[in-house]
Amino acid sequence: MAESTLFRLRADPQDSSWAQGDPAVPLADLAAGGTAVRLEPGDDARALIPHLASLRRIDISFPKFREGRGFSSARILREAGFAGEIRAVGVLYVDQLAFLVRAGFDAVLPETLFDPAVARATLARFPHVYMKAADSARPVWLLREERALAARP
Amino acid sequence: MYRYDEFDQAIVDARVAEFRDQVARRLNNEISEEAFKPLRLMNGIYLQLHAYMLRVAIPYGTLDSRQLHMLAHIARRYDRGYGHFTTRQNIQYNWMKLEEMPDLLADLASVEMHAFQTSGNCIRNISSDQFAAAAADEIADPRPYAELLRQWSTLHPEFSFLPRKFKIAVTGSAIDRAAIQLHDIGLQLVHGPDGAIGLKVLVGGGMGRTPLLAHVIREFLPVADYLSYMEAILRVYNRHGRRDNIYKARIKILVNDLGAAEFARQVEEEWAALKPLGLDPPPSELARIAAHFAAPALDADAPVDIDLSNAEFADWVAVNTHPHKVPGHAIVTISLKAPGEIPGDASADQMDLIADLAQAHAQDEIRVTHAQNLVLPHVRRDALFTIWQALKGAGLATANLDRASDIISCPGLDYCTLANARSIPIAQKLAVRLAPQEADLGELKIKISGCINGCGHHHAGHIGILGVDRKGEENYQLLLGGSGAEDASLARILGPGFDENGIVTAVEKVIGRYQTLRAGPDERFLDTYRRVGAEPFKEAVYG
Repeated sequence: MAESTLFRLRADPQDSSWAQGDPAVPLADLAAGGTAVRLEPGDDARALIPHLASLRRIDISFPKFREGRGFSSARILREAGFAGEIRAVGVLYVDQLAFLVRAGFDAVLPETLFDPAVARATLARFPHVYMKAADSARPVWLLREERALAARP
Repeated sequence: MYRYDEFDQAIVDARVAEFRDQVARRLNNEISEEAFKPLRLMNGIYLQLHAYMLRVAIPYGTLDSRQLHMLAHIARRYDRGYGHFTTRQNIQYNWMKLEEMPDLLADLASVEMHAFQTSGNCIRNISSDQFAAAAADEIADPRPYAELLRQWSTLHPEFSFLPRKFKIAVTGSAIDRAAIQLHDIGLQLVHGPDGAIGLKVLVGGGMGRTPLLAHVIREFLPVADYLSYMEAILRVYNRHGRRDNIYKARIKILVNDLGAAEFARQVEEEWAALKPLGLDPPPSELARIAAHFAAPALDADAPVDIDLSNAEFADWVAVNTHPHKVPGHAIVTISLKAPGEIPGDASADQMDLIADLAQAHAQDEIRVTHAQNLVLPHVRRDALFTIWQALKGAGLATANLDRASDIISCPGLDYCTLANARSIPIAQKLAVRLAPQEADLGELKIKISGCINGCGHHHAGHIGILGVDRKGEENYQLLLGGSGAEDASLARILGPGFDENGIVTAVEKVIGRYQTLRAGPDERFLDTYRRVGAEPFKEAVYG
């Protein structure tokens, strides 16, 4: 799996703290140091919270399609304030991209390469979202509230 | 009725465009069936025994006449002229062509309907009480709370790949017509100590291979915390629910393994982390939604007394109507269970007729019940005769609500790839055999599933039938004593199974014994069974 297949969900970061090449160590080995870690589906994302300040990248593993724990892991890490890169690695389809963005992922390293045109179209597909998540998208209930306030004389 | 604003419409329209694109990629072989499968499932499209099947969402079972006319149009244009109403208050079409599906979804979107999340390991269609806003026993209309959940759960980024499917029911009444104790999450509107409305939260009920009743994990959840608390439950489940065995992946197994108290503790802990994040919409959003469900302007001076001299009509009124909270009105249940017909099926013509009746006489509303019937919720009693005559002309005036021939049945082996045995022919035979004596028997709920997954709710049947495969032969197990209502209980297997004819005879023997044991005309079969236990019935069937 070449690094070149990495699909960025956001513009390439300017922040130099984003470490593309740091080798990711398993959670169990993190005590020995490292700036990148790999979370398996059964790992507790909250175990990383004491280490977030020293981490630059967290890879979250999706060993098979239907594996959904990584979506919770990413969101928990963002809720805990992690600002480094979160990367989804494994069996992921282009049609999951919007969910990944909203759960807080920055990049995907998919087992099978995405067609960039299809990926871009997919990411642009839904104009609104119904619920708050880990991205900056504002839910429709907020847009509705703002509109109602603006309509007030 | 909730009406979409431009945000809702834009999301549904985008879904149609997305699926049109996905189908095009599939038909061009740019994606394999294997990769396409999860995509079509997210739009409610299954590949069944003979053709594609589409399941259309009917949120909390509420339709207006325009929508029901569209469901009729879809039956004519894309299917063979009929549709099948399901135990999840949805409708299924059994003879679909994949290449026509995007146009079909666009037709649905034109009347504010969709097939979002009617399949897959995600939060499914939110179900509710079919008598919402009409029954005198509710404390508030549950549908605004269900609509808020529908929106929150639509394309949820964290909860679209759960360990297994996830079903939520909401009711506004202590009289449970939504089977909340048999759902992954059951919600009941209740008054809090200060009189404000909140939610009682039940978790971990379900049927299928391991039937369990739900546990109350919170007696009162303030409305202001509604969605963040749901997030907490779903997150605990998504992270800790079993994924190693599909049959142990529902939340009921997790709740059962942890114990309800420990599960509740974990939810509260997760909620403590989520609550400060601003996930809950402001009260104005629930108020906005609730305004769509404002009570219809009904005439409380409408006459209560009507001419019941036609005995057949009077019987139908007695059996298939319920009192409405507004005097002079009634709630009408239209039975889709004429003995010998397929339970839950309606033809396009029947749907059109019911839509017209709803528009003319029922405030333009129709409800789908989890027992696979349709309801006109707001009807003047002095219009009942007109409605009955129209229904009778269309074969829809069967007076059998909650009686022996009002049988819930899954599609079974006639359609479903998961089934081990046929369900529909058993339902048809039983209905024909039992109909002549059903008036005497009173309330008797028979429910049939064609496999252990339990879509026919056999565990909640007063009499349940489960079709299994025994060495390549269809075999039917008999269960007694279940209920999906507020007195919920799980039916238990009586003994060894039967073949197709044997199960019909066995049910007749059970009913025969009930008639000799019954304490009086008001004692239902379920009450008798609970009073005397299984032994007398075992003896009647196997003795």
